[in-house]
Amino acid sequence: MNIYVIMKRTFDTEEKIVINDGVIDEDGAEFIINPYDEYAIEEAIVLRDEHGGEVTVVTVGDEDAEKELRTALAMGADKAVLIDVEDVDEELDHFSISKALTAYFSKKEYDIILGGNVAVDDGAGQVASRVAEGLGINQVTTITSLEIDGTAVNIERDVEGDVEKIETSLPLLVTCQQGLNEPRYPSLPGIMKAKKKPLDTIDLDDLDLEEEDVEAKTKTIDRFLPPEKQAGKILEGEVDEQVDELVQLLRNEAKVI
Amino acid sequence: MSKVEDVQIAGGSFITEDIHYNQVFTAEDFSEEHQMIAKTTEDFVEKEILSLGEEGEKLNYDLTLQVIKKAGDVGILGASLPEEYGGLGLEGIRFALMKEKLNTQSAALTMPIGGHIGIGMLPITFFGTKHQREKYLTRLQTGDITTAFALTEPQSGTDASSIKTNAYLSEDGKYYILNGSKVFITNAGFADIFIVFAKLDGKDFSTFIVERQWDGVSIGPEEDKMGLKASSTCSMTFEDVKVPVENLLGEPGKGHIFAFNVLNFGRLSVGAGCLGNTKNTIYHSAAYANERVQFGKKISSFPLIAKKLAEMNMKAYVLESMVYRTAHLFDKGLKELDFNDSNVGEKSRKAVGEYMMECSINKVFGSETLDFAVDEGLQIHGGYGYMKEYPIEGLYRDSRIKRIFEGTSEMNRMFITNTVIRKLKKGKFRALEDALARVQETFTADNQTPSHDGALSRENELLSKTKELFTYLLSYALDVFEETLEDEQEVTSNFGDIIILMFAIESAVKRTEKIIAERGEEAAQYVMKMTTVYVQEAFEDVIDFAKEIAAAMFDGDELHQQLQKITENTFFIPINTILFKREIAQKVIDSESYSM
Ligand SMILES: Cc1cc2nc3c(=O)[nH]c(=O)nc-3n(C[C@H](O)[C@H](O)[C@H](O)COP(=O)(O)OP(=O)(O)OC[C@H]3O[C@@H](n4cnc5c(N)ncnc54)[C@H](O)[C@@H]3O)c2cc1C
Repeated sequence: MNIYVIMKRTFDTEEKIVINDGVIDEDGAEFIINPYDEYAIEEAIVLRDEHGGEVTVVTVGDEDAEKELRTALAMGADKAVLIDVEDVDEELDHFSISKALTAYFSKKEYDIILGGNVAVDDGAGQVASRVAEGLGINQVTTITSLEIDGTAVNIERDVEGDVEKIETSLPLLVTCQQGLNEPRYPSLPGIMKAKKKPLDTIDLDDLDLEEEDVEAKTKTIDRFLPPEKQAGKILEGEVDEQVDELVQLLRNEAKVI
Repeated sequence: MSKVEDVQIAGGSFITEDIHYNQVFTAEDFSEEHQMIAKTTEDFVEKEILSLGEEGEKLNYDLTLQVIKKAGDVGILGASLPEEYGGLGLEGIRFALMKEKLNTQSAALTMPIGGHIGIGMLPITFFGTKHQREKYLTRLQTGDITTAFALTEPQSGTDASSIKTNAYLSEDGKYYILNGSKVFITNAGFADIFIVFAKLDGKDFSTFIVERQWDGVSIGPEEDKMGLKASSTCSMTFEDVKVPVENLLGEPGKGHIFAFNVLNFGRLSVGAGCLGNTKNTIYHSAAYANERVQFGKKISSFPLIAKKLAEMNMKAYVLESMVYRTAHLFDKGLKELDFNDSNVGEKSRKAVGEYMMECSINKVFGSETLDFAVDEGLQIHGGYGYMKEYPIEGLYRDSRIKRIFEGTSEMNRMFITNTVIRKLKKGKFRALEDALARVQETFTADNQTPSHDGALSRENELLSKTKELFTYLLSYALDVFEETLEDEQEVTSNFGDIIILMFAIESAVKRTEKIIAERGEEAAQYVMKMTTVYVQEAFEDVIDFAKEIAAAMFDGDELHQQLQKITENTFFIPINTILFKREIAQKVIDSESYSM
């Protein structure tokens, strides 16, 4: 089976975000594999171990993303591909990324492509779905269970806490939700082996794309941090008085009722 | 991996030689693989140990063994094992990094793992026969069996060579018969095999691999300890235990060499573990200081609290510089070890023993940096720090033993100086001999120390002065005390302190220079500040130790003249450390973590 994972390198969820002039300061920040993509990598490895074949992890980014690709290889993926867009001057958006990935996959034979449900940094959940559309294949998002038998696929997906059962078929793209599995972390021998696994770097040229083809469809006007949390207020007096005061405050100060 | 020149650096050479930053490995030089190994180790601690919650804080053999087994599954137990035996290969950097990361979170159960992969497995790795390695290491690596290191006895702690445990060859020549007792043995409650030190026929210090299930081996009850509550510590006794001759480890009469060389490596790894603990302490202390409000303000906004955080962070930076610099020293020697070579024991003794001074420095500096951090960290917590509910309470108790085991601070300080003296006497420290011969003439205020330029010129100058001052005082001490110098413990301890500070200053300065060279001065501002403050304060300590030594050697007019000379020669204009520390603290407070 030809199994692919599309992966994003993101800020460590524990990082404090610093914004300078509308740009997120990446200086000294820790980066990780997008946690939802870890579910995808884990599931891909499990599928490979069950059905045979190969797992290839693909990312769009720059050289720095090699570290996360190596991590995926250390977890057990077989190959990694970096679509290097470092030379592109303009800011890219979800359209651009999915365009590059679609071009990549249109030249490949794939049975299943797995991605994360969303990326924890911008939380858009756009790229995977766009790739499936671009390729014209089936897609199921937020999956929590996956069974493959031949080309028949049985899926459970999370719908706002409820479960939806779906039957579909390969080739297929899925996005992975929490609960699908418990991602392994790379073992130390795995890390040592990862060095020797193939990690290929390609660029837009190799995909027959021009910079215009991936030109962003959206423009980020500004970025800012949420307002700092204010200290709470403890109401005093009899319960009746407190309730009155609370209603007052909700109406006049917070203006929520 | 970035630029570290591939040169062999002699142990102790830092006392006389200046080193270029290109020859110093720093935490900025970690390869991608190192970073991934660090991450896996951290993930392991988080997922397999921290997730146990309170259960993981208590002594529980089953749970401990499960965790060790899981560590084996992830490959952590192969940390110090040659590739031939299925391990990751011996590498100082990797080992130190894993030790640090095992200790970066408050996870009590990492202690048994540290013991297992360090002083537990290393003796067999370095000094075992092929048969012993195959028999034990593979299973130790998977965590199917566990190990402990049994040296200390009721009457014999620091004075390890006085052990009474005895072994003699049985009449049929098949066994050594072992009798004696041990105390304070980490992991003894569950370990399957023990590295036991005993004297063959009451005289030849030797090492044996002893299995728990053998007749005559009995394990005492668990000690009720001040800290390290999740770690097993028991006494044990041997009563006519029949140890098959093939379980003698290395040659008879060479056991102390093994013991102390493995402890060298252990000492470095104590330093690395303390680095992890110190970072953890910084995190808890900064987070608490940002939460606690007094006088209507977060206590982190009070300069005296900020100062504590700045000092903790600065010392952690120096310790980190020292640990990885030292760990790297081993790597050239370790890489060349061939475990199929029958002489590998002797070669590994050389490879590890070469840096015993540096290892002792890491042990003392690491455990005392941690003690400083937990003490100030607890102070930041006020009365809440005295309550078990807060992690700092446990960190404080757990840290205390680190100044005691694997060589007390006192012993290590004296050992550092005595190593220098012994090397000199054996004619193995030519550079220092030469320097000693010159220094009484050259140590004058007008004979300026070599001038330095560049961003850290002042710090480099103070480093040179530290080296000169050390040599100057030693030149007199060797004369004044002659053969009895080693008995003047206060003096040798002070010299030990000066050497520790010298190595600390140099490690920080060279690392910072390297960062400046790679990132530019602008980006290196923060580490430059830490280095400037640290070097000044350390240099002030050096002067204090020096004056005390001088006062012990001279009196009357001569003392007056010598002190004047020292004062003139060590004069410097202080920088405003108060201001610098406020700036250092701010980043720690903002990020609530170790910062650089
Ligand atoms: C939790 C824990 C775990 C341990 N784990 C192990 C283990 O796994 N294996 C093992 O073999 N041992 C272990 N030990 C023992 C430990 O290594 C010893 O406690 C340590 O070496 C000190 O020996 P001691 O306790 O007998 O103290 P002593 O040697 O009696 O020292 C007491 C004091 O005297 C000082 N002193 C001693 N000699 C001199 C001297 N010549 N000059 C000046 N001062 C001196 C010391 O510095 C110290 O301050 C452990 C101990 C503890 C508490």
